[in-house]
Amino acid sequence: MRENLHRFFRAARGAGVRVSPAESIDAMRAVAQVGFADRDILRDTFLLTLAKTQDEKRSLGECFDLFFSQPEPQQESAEQNKTDDDNESGANPSADEHGDTAGGAANENVGPLAQMLLSQDRSAISTAIANASGAASLPDIRYFTQRGIFQTRILDAMGIQRLRDDIDDLTTRNPALAERLQEALNGLRGTVRDTVSQALLLYGREETENLRNEILRNAPLARIEPRQVEQMRTLIRQIARRLRERYSKPRKRQRRGHLDVRRTLRRNAAWGGVPFLTAWKRKHRDRPKIVALCDVSGSVARVSDFFLLLIHSLHEVVDDVRSFAFSGHLIEVSDILESKSPEEAMKEIMSKVGFGSSDYGNSFADFEDNWMSAITPQTTVIVLGDARSNNLDPRADILRRIGERSKRLVWLNPEGRMVWGFGDSEMPRYATFCTVVRQCATARQLERAVSDIVATYQ
Amino acid sequence: MADTRPTASIEAVESGLAAQGYIASRQIATAVYLSQQIEKPILVEGPAGVGKTELAKAIAAWRGMKMIRLQCYEGLDEAKALYEWKYAKQLLYTQILKDKLGEVLGGAQTLAAALDQLHTFGDVFFSKEFVEPRPLLQALEQPAGCVLLIDEIDKSDAEFESLLLEILSDFQVTIPELGTVSAVAPPTVILTSNSERDLGDALKRRCLHLHIGFPEQKLEERIVESRVPGISQTLRKQMVGFIHEIRSLDLKKLPSVSEAIDWARVLVLLQASELDHEIVKDTLNVLLKYEADIEAATPQISSFIAKASRQGVFS
Repeated sequence: MRENLHRFFRAARGAGVRVSPAESIDAMRAVAQVGFADRDILRDTFLLTLAKTQDEKRSLGECFDLFFSQPEPQQESAEQNKTDDDNESGANPSADEHGDTAGGAANENVGPLAQMLLSQDRSAISTAIANASGAASLPDIRYFTQRGIFQTRILDAMGIQRLRDDIDDLTTRNPALAERLQEALNGLRGTVRDTVSQALLLYGREETENLRNEILRNAPLARIEPRQVEQMRTLIRQIARRLRERYSKPRKRQRRGHLDVRRTLRRNAAWGGVPFLTAWKRKHRDRPKIVALCDVSGSVARVSDFFLLLIHSLHEVVDDVRSFAFSGHLIEVSDILESKSPEEAMKEIMSKVGFGSSDYGNSFADFEDNWMSAITPQTTVIVLGDARSNNLDPRADILRRIGERSKRLVWLNPEGRMVWGFGDSEMPRYATFCTVVRQCATARQLERAVSDIVATYQ
Repeated sequence: MADTRPTASIEAVESGLAAQGYIASRQIATAVYLSQQIEKPILVEGPAGVGKTELAKAIAAWRGMKMIRLQCYEGLDEAKALYEWKYAKQLLYTQILKDKLGEVLGGAQTLAAALDQLHTFGDVFFSKEFVEPRPLLQALEQPAGCVLLIDEIDKSDAEFESLLLEILSDFQVTIPELGTVSAVAPPTVILTSNSERDLGDALKRRCLHLHIGFPEQKLEERIVESRVPGISQTLRKQMVGFIHEIRSLDLKKLPSVSEAIDWARVLVLLQASELDHEIVKDTLNVLLKYEADIEAATPQISSFIAKASRQGVFS
């Protein structure tokens, strides 16, 4: 049973529940107290000792249900209700490959696996599969691509080679028996496939997801396929949660400033002014204020979509954020983003300003006329765009004024550095007025960029 | 007076808590049972008013132990939670010492001899007498054990969490001047949290994690029954059914168990025999705490009452 517990812990890790060694010890101690008799109590016990958030409780619950419902070996022929009369041949099939063939269904000289299949002893077959899975270290399965190899390994360990030889042998001598064996073999294959799939579900979920996310993080945002958009949204939400966790925790120590003499004296008046308790002034720290200007013309729209999503899901960290979208002209979109779901919000923004050919000069002028007062010396201004202004007046002078008014001016460009300045790109001209210019084409770069911006306020 | 008798089984926990008027679900009982058996604190999370604090009180009452409560808030530090020196007494002590210094050092000819004598003189400046124990230290010093309730841990600062780690894992605290104080009898520790912020992994690792959500209808009926015995069965069924309907709405603050109990009391006070539109409308402010929520729920009252009474017929 100890073995089973360890396998369950691994499965739990596979399901994304972080199980530390200490927690597994606790769980084992707890299980020793409650026993295995009542499955509901056992489930509760695991939920109490291993899972530490509600999400974890949910996935651990699923994992528990999955783990304790092993697939039954399939039997295509009618139930024969044979009891385990030939248990010894089923107990360890891979070891006694040439074990004695006493008893059994057929008087043919066949291997133990064939005998087992012919006798249709379910429990023996499932034991054999379980043993072979152990031998093939099935719990190590991580990716769906490994399914084939593990099936082969398990079947090998069960002695499929011998079975094939037996079938070849029998085709000439006893075709009927050979056919039965062949059918049973197909059934066995199906069962093993189910076992492997379930193991993948148990142990591999987290890894598969990690791999997919890793690929997704490094994929250029502007060119991801429509079916990946939803996955990317989830990923962006994860990133937002991570950033929130990292930056929303108050760090008091760092904020401690000089000794507050007045408060210290008052607080210690009771002890005749002997300063037992000290009072400290707090350093004033700016709360992040962000003004985001996003180009939503064709090529960069998707990047700004995710960028706005990320910024707005950071509301716990960034309490003052105003966003603007532009292509030919500029509008404020903060309310749209806050009141609507991401899909609807982007649709509305697109219908208002999207898909035009971008005119940076005109959009900057719009901003200066209407919203320049939104920028204070604590504001970080982020411009997201490819700086391709279709050879219209770039109005870099406005950008200079924005830069002068704000704390920082960050330009995020989804294009590679190689092409900045070529064609109608005004990037080099704008870059001189920016505090930071960085490339921002993938989710990873987006995370870095936003993380850096928020970090400057800590 | 049942002192620290070991809890026999999960059922015993359930009935023991029930005797104190706390109807526990199977999961809660399992958590309490396990925390006694493997001596681990329980971290209870869940929405406000589902009986997280009540659980600690019920355990204390059931096991006949003292309950020590530490209410957490922002800025809580070790001087308020763990121990503090009695500064004023220490000051007085030094003054007395100054007066007595002549007697103590009487006869010493040289400075070295005086110093030697001073060293042999017991130093009580930092000693147990001058320690003012705060809730955490008090809990460790209870000879018969106690229930230590650390309420709303999520309201405290992250630093305070680290302060708790030693207590939670080893039931001891270290006072630099005195050394380590271990628990006379390990206290039963209950921590509650409203998930206002994520707690650290180190803290979570040391605890059993129990999430109490809104109870199922049957369980909630039993809870109301035990807390408000005067209420008739039909009315109880109706009102619990009604509350369950309300919880399906998208509200700012969903009514929880404590509100259900309050409402049941109000209904008994008003001598209502069954729910009708009028009485629900008049007492809705007991259940819902925001004007917007009341406005959202009001148009649904009639249909909810109908649904709730229909359930009562069939079950």
